[in-house]
Amino acid sequence: MEEKRGSERNTANTFCERLGIGFVLLFVALIGLVFVNIIAGSTSLSLSEVFDGLTNAQSPHRVIVMDVRMVRIVPAILLGGALALSGFLLQTFFANPIAGPFILGISSGAKLVLSVTMIAFLSRGIAVNSVALIAASFVGAMLAMGFVLAISYKVRRMSMLIICGVMIGYICSAVTEFVIRFADDSNIVKLHDWAMGSFASIKWDNVIVITAVVLPALVLTFLMSKPIGAYQLGEVYARNMGVNIRMFRIALILLSGVLSACVTAFAGPISFVGVAVPHLMRRLFKTAKPIVMIPACFLGGAVFCLACDLIARTAFAPNELSISSVTAVFGAPIVILVMLRRQKEGGR
Amino acid sequence: MNGTYYISAEQMTVGYDGKPLIENISIGVRRGEILTLIGPNGSGKSTILKSMIRELRLIAGTVVLDGRDMADLRERDVAKKLAIVMTERIKGELMTCRDVAATGRYPYTGRLGILAKEDHAIVDAALETVHAKDFADRPFSAISDGQRQRILLARAIAQQPEIIVLDEPTSFLDVKHKLELLDILKTMVCRQNVAVILSLHELDLAEKVSDRVVCVAEGRIDRCDTPENIFKDDYISALYGIGTGSYNALFGSVELPAVSGEPQVFVIGGGGSGIPLYRALQRAGVPFAAGILPESDLDHPVAKALAAELYAVPAFSTPADAETENVITRMLAIGRAASTVPAFGETNAANKRLYEAAKEAEILVSADALLRGVEP
Repeated sequence: MEEKRGSERNTANTFCERLGIGFVLLFVALIGLVFVNIIAGSTSLSLSEVFDGLTNAQSPHRVIVMDVRMVRIVPAILLGGALALSGFLLQTFFANPIAGPFILGISSGAKLVLSVTMIAFLSRGIAVNSVALIAASFVGAMLAMGFVLAISYKVRRMSMLIICGVMIGYICSAVTEFVIRFADDSNIVKLHDWAMGSFASIKWDNVIVITAVVLPALVLTFLMSKPIGAYQLGEVYARNMGVNIRMFRIALILLSGVLSACVTAFAGPISFVGVAVPHLMRRLFKTAKPIVMIPACFLGGAVFCLACDLIARTAFAPNELSISSVTAVFGAPIVILVMLRRQKEGGR
Repeated sequence: MNGTYYISAEQMTVGYDGKPLIENISIGVRRGEILTLIGPNGSGKSTILKSMIRELRLIAGTVVLDGRDMADLRERDVAKKLAIVMTERIKGELMTCRDVAATGRYPYTGRLGILAKEDHAIVDAALETVHAKDFADRPFSAISDGQRQRILLARAIAQQPEIIVLDEPTSFLDVKHKLELLDILKTMVCRQNVAVILSLHELDLAEKVSDRVVCVAEGRIDRCDTPENIFKDDYISALYGIGTGSYNALFGSVELPAVSGEPQVFVIGGGGSGIPLYRALQRAGVPFAAGILPESDLDHPVAKALAAELYAVPAFSTPADAETENVITRMLAIGRAASTVPAFGETNAANKRLYEAAKEAEILVSADALLRGVEP
């Protein structure tokens, strides 16, 4: 009996150790990548120049550090985290490990409504503000989500849901292309850059709005970790544990919608982060408990996007890659791995 | 039987998508009582249970839990009173068995669902109750269906409910664990005054474990009564529409249909000794005659179910001489006989006469040989 107690404590200890190591790893990676991202670029900076630029408002490096590099790093962190979190929420909602805002067509839906709105505003000569961008993006995300939900009531098979999501994504992208063709020349360049996905065009006043949307959503999601955990056992048991399923589902949809809408509004559609990061975090922490997964996915998403943005900026400098093509290179194989693993487990 | 129902359905109509399947259901269970739903596949047992736990919307009527309409109760309030073990498969991704059982503590933990010391103790005790300590720390996805069922029961126990609703909880269990599960339920009912509603396929178990039984037949509640009044041969056969074979309420067992035709062997049996041979002959497809059995004999119900011809006398009586003579004549006409009777005494003197007549006519074959399926 004594021995048994000991082994129980051991499993609890190893679990805590794993948590500690995992989070330290993520933080180290995050801080490291922030520095590499500040240093690397067309003008390389030394570490002392970076510190000078960060701390001294009068520094000659201030503009590069703050208005060229940091203005891109901060949204990459926030939006990367938001994407991964949104993916985690969707995976929980659909009980499907390969669900994510991009795969289910939600990002593309947001992109479509956003493009229409931007063209409508710009062609009348009105500047589009951040809030309007998020609102339009949110409407698009919810429309696409509505379609996916309607389909999910009809088909119970997970793979079918994903296929339908991908189809919705294609339809939305096609219509977006169509809309962009009809836009004025002056709008096309801006729209096209954004539609491919990039952190390049984000300004500091956008960053404030992003922070104001993403951080509260993160906190709210974290506060929902208990019902999310219950929901992982399935709707029937979650209800029996005291979860108000209706309210819970609505909250989950709204949160994941706001998060992915915010990303699309400022950085365009970014692929595979929402699927790959939660999966990596599950592997890293060996748990699916939301109380761990929510902060882990946020940090992991931030690290993943910072790394991908670094590659996008520097790999073929001075030409920049779209962030989505880099995330796809790293994210898509992970999605394939997840599907293969599922296949194996299903066969057992 | 004192006290009022702890949970009851009142004029409840259940079904899917607004289409009624069973109308006007009024059933209930008191604390310290086990109510069992039996009935053929697809009769609506699960539908009734799902409606009572609010998984399905009621089409009409109410469900009252502890004196209050369940429609007015919040999920959280219900969770502290009612626990479930349903047939839905749960994935429990990256969860240990202990994690799954610990989800039963959900209604009692704080905002972030972190377990306190007492919660851990309660989960441990629940795992102990279902004998799951050995595999408590193994991944939930790596254990057998039977073990999973026990963990789900531990989960329900950890919830410290006043009523447990179980949908076919014995489905994946072997006989040992079936008995264990029902014993655990019985103990909870007796010691902790819990109410239990469950659906069962095993009639023999339903008969023994239930305080009251609800029979669900096509589109209606056919009966709700004590097991003594429900488990009668004719009624159960009719409820399940048993056309082939038969159900024996006394034994709580089923028999395959008798092989009909001209008997090829006469089995002299009694006192339970004949049953294995009757079943062996049935399996081999050999029609047989059996006798002479008083209706009170242990062999009688099985012989009645399986024999092509049965010679019986009223309970606790012996046949008249003339009757015995008739049976002997018939036995000699069949031309082959086997005896399973280990010893003859006062009450089976007639069978002794049969035995001796068979021996004299040299038509007696060894029962053992028949049992082994070897043609003598």
